[in-house]
Amino acid sequence: MASYSTNEFRGGLKVLLDGDPCIILENEFVKPGKGQAFNRVKLRNLMTNRVWERTFKSGESLEAADVIDQDMEYLYTDGEFWHFMKTDGSFEQYPADAKAVGDTVKWLKEQDVYTVTLYNGAPLTVTPPNFVELEVVDTDPGMKGDTAQGGSKPATLSTGAVVNVPLFITIGEVLKVDTRTGEYVSRVKSS
Amino acid sequence: MTDQPVWQPAASQAALKSRAQQLAFVRGFFAQRGVMEVETPVLGRCGVTDVNLDGVPAQVSASGIEGGWLQTSPEYHMKRLLAAGSGPIYQVSKVFRNGERGRRHNPEFSMLEWYRPGFDDRELMEEVSDLVCGWLGCERPEIMHYRDAVNRWAQVDPFGSTNRELMRRCEEWLEPEQLAGLGRDGCLDLLMSFAVEPNLGFGRPVFITGYPASQASLARVSERQGYPMAHRFELYLRGLELCNGYWELTDPAEQRRRFEADNHQRRLAGKPEIPIDEAFLAALEQGLPDCAGVALGLDRLLMLKLGAADISDVLAFPFERA
Repeated sequence: MASYSTNEFRGGLKVLLDGDPCIILENEFVKPGKGQAFNRVKLRNLMTNRVWERTFKSGESLEAADVIDQDMEYLYTDGEFWHFMKTDGSFEQYPADAKAVGDTVKWLKEQDVYTVTLYNGAPLTVTPPNFVELEVVDTDPGMKGDTAQGGSKPATLSTGAVVNVPLFITIGEVLKVDTRTGEYVSRVKSS
Repeated sequence: MTDQPVWQPAASQAALKSRAQQLAFVRGFFAQRGVMEVETPVLGRCGVTDVNLDGVPAQVSASGIEGGWLQTSPEYHMKRLLAAGSGPIYQVSKVFRNGERGRRHNPEFSMLEWYRPGFDDRELMEEVSDLVCGWLGCERPEIMHYRDAVNRWAQVDPFGSTNRELMRRCEEWLEPEQLAGLGRDGCLDLLMSFAVEPNLGFGRPVFITGYPASQASLARVSERQGYPMAHRFELYLRGLELCNGYWELTDPAEQRRRFEADNHQRRLAGKPEIPIDEAFLAALEQGLPDCAGVALGLDRLLMLKLGAADISDVLAFPFERA
């Protein structure tokens, strides 16, 4: 397996640390003029999402982690696994477990495309696009003419996600939602 | 993650202008004091033995000579000029250090180096203060001993502690297996970088003096407080190391011993040995006048002038764009 020396460290590099795949967030080179050089490195452990800070002597190296991001279409769930398919025409499928899917489960809509991070060829995490469009399946009756008031109410979407929406939203409407904040953005005009 | 070529300079127009003004200030400063500007090779035949300095090898082929090195500092050549009777000299030159890149490092950088025959370290520190404070408009530096600084901020005595005690202190940053190959000076460098340096020169600039003899490099050593200490000084402003100066070692035999010790360290570290610069040693044999010398990072000085946090902000083309 390839490895990276400290002078190859840079943000975005995926490495193995203590047996876990990590992504380098920041790499600070520190060196007294005539002295030993060090790298102070911030990494996010991709298994736990925890951020680690580690110091390395210049010249030390870390093994590269076999981690790649792939666009994949969500197909279906069998209750235990969520199945994704590559969008490159290969029709290759990958089952992601509940740990890999995590909170993204509430944004999963069949045939939409997600970023699946593979570690040693198996799904490690599933990341939704920044915006998804989902149908409202349940909410209190709409209150027409109340658009200026700015009040809100909870609405349940087709995937089970619950978001706060303006009072005028009714069942059956399709909404654009920001997955990073979980907030309602707008109504989507039905075409 | 592929790098797209960027043609634009990284530094702003204002930073480039300030760089030109800084250079004019430096030249005016030395002209006024009768210090002569010199030029020595950026491309030299020899590299340096320092275990922590990696030169950039050049692949030159000329007049039957192969190889060469981009210089890490103009020190050896300038000392040859001093030995030849140049009198006080200064130089603004590009120097090169392989593998060094970060917010405060670029593998190629601008160095101001000068030598003062008849000065000792204290007198040269005064002149450094004149130059730096004259340009930055800062308060004159205070002087603090290396021992006191490490004691205060790393809570360990750099001279009196055992190797084991120093290593224990370093476990805050490194795993025991990483510490194994680090050595005493490596431990001290770690503490200096992570515990001490971030506290130096806030409010008032500070000179650190009295380094351990093992870190004397090309400075003379004398015994103080019962320990051999180097007549070496560094100036820190806002946590940034700005210069490194010596009351220069003039003894050729001692200089050769240090070069050989460097190469021994290199062997232990698995680094290639570097042939000793015999022309430099021959100049010392001839006689280097008693002098003090200092090297000051001009890019960092400009960072301080402009309040820049990243060296890239003051370089026209940092290495990624060069």
